[in-house]
Amino acid sequence: MEILQLLISGISQGCVYGLIALGFVLIYKATEMVNFAQGDLMMMGAFFAYTYANVLEFPFVIAVLATIATMALIGVITERLLLRPMIGEPHFSVLMLTIGLGFILRAIAGASWGNEPRSLNTPYAGGVIDLNGVILGYENLVIMIGTALLCALLYCFFRFTRLGIAMQAASQNQLAAFYVGIPVKRIYAIVWGISASISAVAGILVAPVSLIDPQMGFIGIKAFAAAIVGGFGSLPGAILGGLLIGVVEQFAGLYLPTGFSDVSAYIILLIMLLIRPQGIFATMQQKKV
Amino acid sequence: MALLELTNIETYYGPIMAIRGISLNVEAGRISVLLGANGAGKTTVLKTISGAMEPQKGRVTFNGESIQGYDPDRVARLGIGHVPEGREVFPFLSVEENLQMGAFSRNDPDIAQDIERVFDYFPVLKDKARQQAAYLSGGQQQMLAIGRALMLRPTLMLLDEPSLGLSPRLVSEIADIIVRVNDEQRMTILLVEQNARMALDIGHYGYVMEVGRIVMEDTCEKLKSATDIQEFYLGIRDEGVRGRRRWKQRKTWR
Repeated sequence: MEILQLLISGISQGCVYGLIALGFVLIYKATEMVNFAQGDLMMMGAFFAYTYANVLEFPFVIAVLATIATMALIGVITERLLLRPMIGEPHFSVLMLTIGLGFILRAIAGASWGNEPRSLNTPYAGGVIDLNGVILGYENLVIMIGTALLCALLYCFFRFTRLGIAMQAASQNQLAAFYVGIPVKRIYAIVWGISASISAVAGILVAPVSLIDPQMGFIGIKAFAAAIVGGFGSLPGAILGGLLIGVVEQFAGLYLPTGFSDVSAYIILLIMLLIRPQGIFATMQQKKV
Repeated sequence: MALLELTNIETYYGPIMAIRGISLNVEAGRISVLLGANGAGKTTVLKTISGAMEPQKGRVTFNGESIQGYDPDRVARLGIGHVPEGREVFPFLSVEENLQMGAFSRNDPDIAQDIERVFDYFPVLKDKARQQAAYLSGGQQQMLAIGRALMLRPTLMLLDEPSLGLSPRLVSEIADIIVRVNDEQRMTILLVEQNARMALDIGHYGYVMEVGRIVMEDTCEKLKSATDIQEFYLGIRDEGVRGRRRWKQRKTWR
């Protein structure tokens, strides 16, 4: 029973890691930039949801949609103003830029919503399903269903829509994408928008479980580990890596000495890099020069 | 007025001047060819036309519109299809998706019909429509790259060394298709080639480049019979009086 219980909380935590990792991977695949502010975008999403649901008292579904729209807009604007001028600059500069962006977002959040933790009003908070002694909280259930739905939606988008295929095309061969008339720069902006709204969903999903505060974005680092474990560049890998880290974290918390829970993500990362550096799903190819 | 006009183009790779003032005209409805050895700057000329590189000086005019400095996708939407050197297909998309992406900027209902027409040009591709492009052979990828550019319904098609790494049979197959496209769809073509024989056989008007400059231009008929071209590009040479050639006689264009 205990194992099942741990598994459930591990999976739901892993889903959140997976969603943030998805954001990392999406941006990396499309633009070859690593956005270290991904976790902070999630934090912003959670705060916007808090504003819409608690302060402005929108109905929950409306608040969720408004949050997604807001974050998509923020993603697009960020790309347009900060990242686009960096096209062609060294990766290192872009990296520093996104780390700086994370600091700025945390400062903005601290200044506008304060540093004390807040909780998000959700219609489903507190409810539980009792499955023969295994307790499944509604929050956890919603996290799992939400993640599954979002993944299905993204799969269909990338597989069947023209824009989705064009995004794949742009990430597979940027120059050829330009030559066939795909507006690659606009595609980058859209990718940032999608990535930011995925983070927003992650923020909304995790908000009822952990509280909202400006520092909550730091789980982005664990999500980054998840993305690498999954094989940076693979969307299913990101989710799987997230789940792996989430579950191991829960078990480490119970069976290993105190403190192991927090570092287990990095232990997995190190082991992974030693035995299978390309990650679970190897999609990275040798770069053509 | 020519469909495409380059006037005094100068393009740099960093500090290196790759194009040293080139002017050329591509007349509508014709196959123009650009010949030259490795490193002469042929590919750079094409990249400058399609906007992948920006010229430091000079003007690129297409249909009377100044297009230098435009993003490549915008140039493509104006009707310039570019088949880059080394195929550059989208490796993990299927053949059909590759072709659909070629028509990304179009919004008319004829796209499916155009895909059929590409399959008519290249029947091999039809059998592999659902396969990932990465698993095609080099020749098939080249066909796919040409087909993808056709999907744009361009008024001008830039072809960068379509014969690169292909067997002689495939080269003549590709050459036939180029002639057919030019003939059937009245499509203007600018062909960059190392394979001078093939290019001069199908081309109407030709330019010869050497280290960033155009050193010779004429109709392909005349170029074919020019002795310099015969020597340097076609490998034909008369033996000298004493049965050997003297290096002193070798011409340079500089």
